[in-house]
Amino acid sequence: MRAEADPTYAGAIAEALAELLEADPKVLLLGEDIRDPYGGAFKVTKGLSTRFPGRVLNTPISEAAMTGLATGLALGGWRPVLEIMFADFLTLAADQLINHAAKFTWMYGDGVGVPLVVRTPSGGYRGYGPTHSQCLERLFFGVPGLRVAAPTHLHRPGEALKEAVAGAGPVLFVENKACYSRKLGALAHPGRSVLAVSRLGMDQCSSLLVGQGPPDVTLLCYGGIVGLAEAAALDILAREELVTEIIVPLTIQPFDPGCCLASLCETRRLVVLEEGPQAFGWGAEAVASLSGLCQLDAPARRVGAADVPIGSARQLELGCLPSAQDIVQALLDVCE
Amino acid sequence: MIPELYRTMFLIRTFEELVGRLFRQGLLFGTTHACIGQEAVAAGLAAALGPEDMVLSNHRGHGHFLAVTDDLDGLLLEIMGREGGVCGGRGGSQHLRAPRFYSNGVQGGMVPVAAGLALAEKLRGGKGLTVCFIGDGTLGQGVVYETLNLASLWGLPLVFAVENNQYAMSTPVRDALAGSILMRGEAFGVPSAECPGNDAQQVAAFANEHFSRLRECPGPMVMVFDTYRLCGHSKSDDCAYRAREEEERWARRDPLAQLEARLDAGAAAAIRAEVGARLDQALARAIKAPEACPSVGGHHAR
Repeated sequence: MRAEADPTYAGAIAEALAELLEADPKVLLLGEDIRDPYGGAFKVTKGLSTRFPGRVLNTPISEAAMTGLATGLALGGWRPVLEIMFADFLTLAADQLINHAAKFTWMYGDGVGVPLVVRTPSGGYRGYGPTHSQCLERLFFGVPGLRVAAPTHLHRPGEALKEAVAGAGPVLFVENKACYSRKLGALAHPGRSVLAVSRLGMDQCSSLLVGQGPPDVTLLCYGGIVGLAEAAALDILAREELVTEIIVPLTIQPFDPGCCLASLCETRRLVVLEEGPQAFGWGAEAVASLSGLCQLDAPARRVGAADVPIGSARQLELGCLPSAQDIVQALLDVCE
Repeated sequence: MIPELYRTMFLIRTFEELVGRLFRQGLLFGTTHACIGQEAVAAGLAAALGPEDMVLSNHRGHGHFLAVTDDLDGLLLEIMGREGGVCGGRGGSQHLRAPRFYSNGVQGGMVPVAAGLALAEKLRGGKGLTVCFIGDGTLGQGVVYETLNLASLWGLPLVFAVENNQYAMSTPVRDALAGSILMRGEAFGVPSAECPGNDAQQVAAFANEHFSRLRECPGPMVMVFDTYRLCGHSKSDDCAYRAREEEERWARRDPLAQLEARLDAGAAAAIRAEVGARLDQALARAIKAPEACPSVGGHHAR
């Protein structure tokens, strides 16, 4: 195993894929344009088809059939890792994920496993426009039998991926485009923040304490937007000397209220942040699930994207997606 | 071969009729999609299958299930929501599972899953075939064409078994399908052939011939069987959209009658008595069986 000094998020995922292919002959990668020399739209699979002949398959542009095929492979004893090029295209795979992969184990009386992992990059802030920038993992919230993971550069994504692939059920492994080039564990201001990653594998939960001393507010979020969360926390630390504890669970479905209870019972102030639209989002579930579990000093606030498609022009995109300022405002609001 | 085919078909026919009666008696919950009139396709094709072959099916899958597994008790208990049902009452009529059988109720959904199972077999170096039953109506679904493309590209040992029973629910084929069914397969380079679907012997011979070829030279194939649903689409369908004359015409080609005509009358009667007794006993057991346990089960497999 080649250890890379200061691996990036993409590098860590790539390394995990290589280790998986090496260790288990049943692991197969499928996706569009993932073979060498191209190596995938975000280059995550570069080098793998050369190193592991016959184990990395390029598919036609057929998300529905690819997902169904991967489901059948999983039923048939293989461990397929399917790449959907952009999370926006999950809609094309939705019937296979919702009505097939996620249901088979329960529907068939717990007699079969579907060890399918679907990897896909979410996220905007890059000017790719309405159909290449979304966080559509939200369409799969509330689908029983489907775990959804959203690793960030503040987790150990490779470890989570390996656990997902080794598991018995389907996992939607949502990567984030903005995270790909970030170094693992890299902090915007290491002197002011402390990162702790608790638990292992898919159960990982990162806690980033921005500022010294006990936290004043809990900022719960998932996915690539943790970078903006960090920026917002640094801002209110500088402006108001408020200390934020950013909690980032890796597995976002099922939702585990325990990931932030300790922090929340201490701060009694909650902001839940997501990159996807605020309406009917992960934040709504989090706030409702946490409600009543500990006393809050102010109503919880949610921050998410506006209820409008993501425009392509820079100012339109930035006007729709959460900004650091939106997060700062929410933090200040709960701390009033 | 003829007695075995007849036995299978008679079991399917009387089972479907029993399910209809149980609904009318208020003993069943939900709905069902009977395959009365289509028994020859199930029986004939199943007769050509080997122990390594897999079958995937759809909402109208009781015939396929019985022909492949002969698990009468498992199916009846499942439909009645009782303990001992093949899926613990969770799947019911449209969502069945056995070691070599899976069905699901979304039209076309199992086609790519079948392709995945075919690929799994191919990667293993096995010689098993994967057969996926679909209807004429399902040829409207995009994923079928994606899978034809993939199966052809990758040489998957996958048989698309199309049961053209002339209707998709209430919609006749002429209102749903443009072009030719056979040419759909050919367009992807997939060998395609048709066979009259109401003569079980013909279906079996056809299936045997092609399966033997596919076991030697693995690859996909489209098989199209012409047949007819002698019952409604589901339990609450009065078939108002079909002409009585057409129904009568097809009833004269009843697959059961066709095969019965080739059997000695005594032999046929003996088979009917045997199957009838078997069905009676299965029903007696099922009625006494406890309800399937309502445990929720693992929400997220780890």
